[in-house]
Amino acid sequence: MFGAGGGTSSYTEIEETDLIVLWGSNARNAHPIFFHHLLKGIDNGAKMFAVDPRRTSSAKFADVWLGLNLGSDVALANGIGREIIAAGLANKEFIAHSTQGFEAYKENVEPYTLEFTSQLTGLPEDAIRELAHDYATAESAQILWTLGITEHHNAVDNVLALCSLALLTGHIGRWGSGLVPLRGQNNVQGGGDMGSLPNKLPGFQNIDDDAARGKFEATWGVDLNPVPGKHLTLMFEAMERGEIKAAYVLGENPADSEADIQHARKLLSGLDLLVVQDIFMTRTAEMADVVLPASVAWAESDGTVTSSERRVQRVRAAVPPPGEARHDVDILFDLASRMGHDWGTPDPEQLWDELRSLSPMHLGMSWDRLEETGGLQWPCPALDHPGSPFLHGWLWADDLEGREPAPFIPVVHQGPKEELTEEFPLRLTTGRALDSYNTGVQSGGFSSPIRYGDALDMHETDAQRLGLNDGDMALVSSPRGSVEMRIRIDDSLVEGLTFTTFHFPDLVDTNVLTTDAWDKKSGTAEFKAASIRVEPLVAAEA
Amino acid sequence: MTSTEVAVTISVDGNDVAVPEGSTILDACTAAGVETPTICYGPNLTPVNACRVCVVELEGSRTLVPSCSRPVEEGMVVSTDSDRVNHSRKMVLEFLGSGVDLSEADELNEWSAKYGAQPDRYENPERMNEEIKIQDDLYVRDYDKCVLCYKCVSACGDDAQHTYAISMSGRGFGARIATEFDVTLPDSACVYCGNCVAVCPTNALQFKTEFDLRQVANWRPEDQTVTTTVCSYCGVGCNLELHTQDERIVKVTSPDDHSVTWGNLCIKGRFGWQYVHGDTDG
Amino acid sequence: MADLHFTDAIANDGERNAIDLALGENSALTIEGERIVRGGASRRRGLRHLLLPALHALQKESGWISPGGLNYLSEVLQVPPAESYGVASFYEMFRVDTEPGHDDDVVHVCIDPACRIDGADDLIASLEAEGKHVHRSPCLGQCERPPAVFIQGRKRPDVVPADDDAFVLPQAGDDSLRLLQRIGVVDPTSLDSYREHGGYEALTKALELGADGVLAAISDSGLSGRGGAAFPTGIKWTAVRDADGDQKHIVANCDESEPGTFKDRMVMEHDPFALIEAMTIAAVTTGATNGWIYIRGEYPQATGRLENAIMASRDAGLLGEDVAGSGKEFHLEVRRGAGAYICGEETALFNSLEGFRGEPRNKPPFPTTNGLFDQPTVINNPETLLNVLPIVLDGAAAYRSIGTERSPGTRLFCVSGRVGAPGLYEHAFGATLGEIIEAAGGASGEVQAVLLGGAAGSFVTSDSMDLPLTLEATREAGTTLGSGVVMVFNTDDDMADICQRIAEFFKNESCGQCVPCRVGAIRQHEMIVAIGHKPMPDEKRVLHEDMVQVMADASICGLGHTAASAIKSALALGLIGANQ
Ligand SMILES: Cc1cc2nc3c(=O)[nH]c(=O)nc-3n(C[C@H](O)[C@H](O)[C@H](O)COP(=O)(O)O)c2cc1C
Ligand code: SF4
Ligand code: SF4
Ligand code: SF4
Ligand code: FES
Ligand code: FES
Repeated sequence: MFGAGGGTSSYTEIEETDLIVLWGSNARNAHPIFFHHLLKGIDNGAKMFAVDPRRTSSAKFADVWLGLNLGSDVALANGIGREIIAAGLANKEFIAHSTQGFEAYKENVEPYTLEFTSQLTGLPEDAIRELAHDYATAESAQILWTLGITEHHNAVDNVLALCSLALLTGHIGRWGSGLVPLRGQNNVQGGGDMGSLPNKLPGFQNIDDDAARGKFEATWGVDLNPVPGKHLTLMFEAMERGEIKAAYVLGENPADSEADIQHARKLLSGLDLLVVQDIFMTRTAEMADVVLPASVAWAESDGTVTSSERRVQRVRAAVPPPGEARHDVDILFDLASRMGHDWGTPDPEQLWDELRSLSPMHLGMSWDRLEETGGLQWPCPALDHPGSPFLHGWLWADDLEGREPAPFIPVVHQGPKEELTEEFPLRLTTGRALDSYNTGVQSGGFSSPIRYGDALDMHETDAQRLGLNDGDMALVSSPRGSVEMRIRIDDSLVEGLTFTTFHFPDLVDTNVLTTDAWDKKSGTAEFKAASIRVEPLVAAEA
Repeated sequence: MTSTEVAVTISVDGNDVAVPEGSTILDACTAAGVETPTICYGPNLTPVNACRVCVVELEGSRTLVPSCSRPVEEGMVVSTDSDRVNHSRKMVLEFLGSGVDLSEADELNEWSAKYGAQPDRYENPERMNEEIKIQDDLYVRDYDKCVLCYKCVSACGDDAQHTYAISMSGRGFGARIATEFDVTLPDSACVYCGNCVAVCPTNALQFKTEFDLRQVANWRPEDQTVTTTVCSYCGVGCNLELHTQDERIVKVTSPDDHSVTWGNLCIKGRFGWQYVHGDTDG
Repeated sequence: MADLHFTDAIANDGERNAIDLALGENSALTIEGERIVRGGASRRRGLRHLLLPALHALQKESGWISPGGLNYLSEVLQVPPAESYGVASFYEMFRVDTEPGHDDDVVHVCIDPACRIDGADDLIASLEAEGKHVHRSPCLGQCERPPAVFIQGRKRPDVVPADDDAFVLPQAGDDSLRLLQRIGVVDPTSLDSYREHGGYEALTKALELGADGVLAAISDSGLSGRGGAAFPTGIKWTAVRDADGDQKHIVANCDESEPGTFKDRMVMEHDPFALIEAMTIAAVTTGATNGWIYIRGEYPQATGRLENAIMASRDAGLLGEDVAGSGKEFHLEVRRGAGAYICGEETALFNSLEGFRGEPRNKPPFPTTNGLFDQPTVINNPETLLNVLPIVLDGAAAYRSIGTERSPGTRLFCVSGRVGAPGLYEHAFGATLGEIIEAAGGASGEVQAVLLGGAAGSFVTSDSMDLPLTLEATREAGTTLGSGVVMVFNTDDDMADICQRIAEFFKNESCGQCVPCRVGAIRQHEMIVAIGHKPMPDEKRVLHEDMVQVMADASICGLGHTAASAIKSALALGLIGANQ
């Protein structure tokens, strides 16, 4: 599937594209330097649409902001697809040559007329039509997304629906056109590339592919379990069933970061053994039986990370780790040796060369080349290969380079899992602030003049109805629990929608509120659409 | 130069140099091995050609021309070492020295010495006379040191950040870099990316970490190492140059020539390192 | 396009209404219901040129650029407030400080040479004694009637009290006048009157001749620019006609702020249709569809008459979608400056009109290809444009019948200072300085010095009375005609004071962009103040020479290039700093 393996396009390409569709992403805050490239695109004349329930700081740069209903992304994408087909703007040649499953897709989107899509999304028909027509007729166009698309219970459906639009118009596999998921964390991409996925070996090779697995088994001299493992959400379910009794957590803070954290904390504390390897004494670490202090990967050790444009770059140690902290690999090597495997002394370049020998898409990226070029984009299968600025060029090859045509995968609109009720009548969605990051353990280290702290942002009308003013304290409740929060009136929200960040768990346990509905296909939890109730708190403080 | 680019040949001090079409005279000078002083020029900034220290003599032109912004044309004949050129460079540096605190502008001082600037030739010259501005824990703005090169304005605006928290204001010698009505930086649109600080040639803008070390006479660039690594926050993958002194990070910059950042960072990459040393928000 | 962030200051109703009125329906954002907002970079770019009109509206309403008002207009136009402030603080007529009394009318009194030798100080003293809010202004373009006053009204129109006086052209009735023939004769508010006096015949003729015919006539006539730089007009127009561009512009540079200059004002006030007709000829000849008259903010009467004339011409089908039935389009607008000499420099004018700070651009590229809105642009002085009418009507040969080979035709001279009849005069190129002064009633007292060409020009003494005023002869004599200024000083006048003021003028008017001018201008002022009436020591002369050279060699624009030339000539002639 496109967009799952990695962004199809380089940052530089967006500077030269004609149409930018930023969908469910507040890149201005979450990916500021990528947004610089986007701004160059706008300066060079690109038109920009922002599709987001909130008029985010990114959306404020757009020619058109479309404030769709939370969770109606599939409906909008299907509606756009239907309009493109109905208006005769689909790229018929490309569809015939490079794709399969078009008829089923067409049939699936048929009900999503402009009128119906408008009902589902809350958007006016002409705006949907404008986006559809502009996207279909642009010379080059990119769709970009982040958590607004992927932190939903139907995340994979959302992505599939957007992929279909690229297939419908041929906005893929060419310079300037593409599908770009922006990665939330610095090495999400690299982690996936390296096989930190339940069903993958390094280089996106399937664990149940005997030939691929065979290579690894031969190199490592051990048999590997061919059954795909569990992703995070399934692990928690397995803990609940008592199937998982021990956990070794590296550089994660699930006790603060999981959706529905009260539940997550209960499960973690019920484990027989919890080992945490981290640079901080996180909430999770506090619950652990064993804590292994690690070094700060990007400043205290050598290695590589991979960015959202699939660029593998070197990280280098600038300062020594403090106190008893040790490099992650050193800890792992020692652990292996205690378990009876002598892996020797870790050497970053040697480890990297082993990876290159096993992962064809990394083969050409020697340590020296990474040093010289300032980073290479995979796939880079040979030492004389320049790396790949964009993916899926094969779709435009006469013979498709011997591959199967790309499949359309029809998906249907489901809407948020948690319905609004009389008891919980407001939508809550979450996101990031510019100066803070995830649960804030790292970004809390400096004193930011623009940090506001977590607040519940709401539309003026909603606040007035509840008798709340900017700055008042309120009790915010979801079916899972309640927290006290400060209220902030925010003009980026529409009525009925509330928003908060999740950077300051010590101040506000926001994830107490969010739901643990999750995407069966990707294992991502629903951070983006809870239902809540807000009640004024009588000012207690002096 | 790759083979697809058209080459333009010009003469620099009597030597022919070929540079790609669209290059500036400055590029050609650099290609010819001629060192040119610059102040308002930045490799990733649109030239504003305001400081005029980079001027050269161009045959056929009545006035001297700024090399940093003038595109090359086939057959141009340029002199970089004539009396007129040296005089203008000297006077620009002298003028700046007569009104601006250049005590931390090391590069400018080297050029001033080279061109023989005598800023003390003037009787009671009016100076910038600006109070130092410390309005938050990240930046120090000391406009007494400002040469009004516009670089910070370009970095905050058109050329990178598009935030436009600061602008040139006023006119003539009263021109100053300012927020609207000079409100404090935390009250302005500033997002603390530090991209203005990174381009300032005179230390009029500096990071608080550097300022604090300078206050206790412990800023020692000669003892600093610079290590290039990758930002640990979002997935964009910005390259960071960690400047370390006594095994502590004291400043973070980004390489000018890297296709991801072109020298720019966001607040997280620029300042989000303090936790490495166990510091927390005070 | 920017992260827009506003302080808490809020505009009051009056400010909002005033700004809305100035902006019409224009807004950089449209909110369509709850779910759609339209904006974007191209919309913002397209509306930025409304910033100056919006600031004018705010200033008029509140007497200053209030933070709330600035926030409001910045939001409507989606301009970052820091930039709006940077623009507002550039101009003399906008006040951005919170000093008390800013809610009054402001009385601008000229303190430049013609007025300072003729009562400016006394007038200021008496106005201040009356409690008026007085602003000491650079030349107000009324040097023929010193001391000049301009009243910037708060919540009421700006006025120039002297506009009520009866107007008489000194050369009225002289048949040989080419450029001034209608001045004082025609009713400047009536298109019919203009037509009765030959108006719009040149446009008809131009349409017959076609672009090539007009361009040939202009080129053959040898017409050169009257704004100061004397660039050949034919070359300029041809370059714009030949330039690629979807949209081209004609700009009349009516910023007239060179101290001693008032000719353009007189033309605009007394023959406004002529300017419009000439611009229209420029448009149909070069293919420009948009015209702009950028007029200095201190000229309320000229502004009103031009606006009226544009409306009348538009109503008569002489402007608009179909100019005089030619099928060609030409839209004309008036834009007011706000008090900045530098905005007369052509590229600074473009920036100002576009809603940016009036800072000159580096050249090349030139306006003919990258002018207003980065599009091909003809920019001319009104006097230059006025010459187009006789050239088109009578042909190049007739035009060249007077003047000299290299300076054909006539020239307007702004004669002021110590003469019997200060005012605007038209003379054939080649008349001597002595003849011109004589025609203006002769010098009163013994001539000590004459400032030729304005503050950017240079001084000559009575030794130069036989100098023929042509481009070539003045250049050879190391001086300039500039904008046609002839300002006469007699032996009673204190040249040290005059020179200090000229130095101060450049210090104040430098845009501040480039180092040679920004710092050079203030150092020169400090030096001239320190010298006063004393002799100038040698090392100071060397230093001044050093300053002159860097300013002339390395400044961005003409202001810096010439900021030291009047002082230099005064030193050379011993008008100041002499070793007695
Ligand atoms: C500081 C400065 C001020 C100027 N002011 C004016 C002015 O007020 N009016 C004008 O026509 N030209 C002025 N000029 C000259 C213009 O830049 C430009 O040369 C002129 O408008 C071109 O028109 P022309 O060719 O008809 O003279 C000024 C130039 C400088 C450097
Ligand atoms: S603060 Fe620094 S970068 Fe900004 S204008 Fe002044 S000297 Fe230049
Ligand atoms: S500097 Fe900012 S944009 Fe760049 S990787 Fe770090 S967090 Fe992301
Ligand atoms: S010469 Fe003076 S007025 Fe012209 S750009 Fe330079 S500073 Fe501005
Ligand atoms: S470096 Fe060229 S003008 Fe400043
Ligand atoms: S109006 Fe006073 S000098 Fe011109």
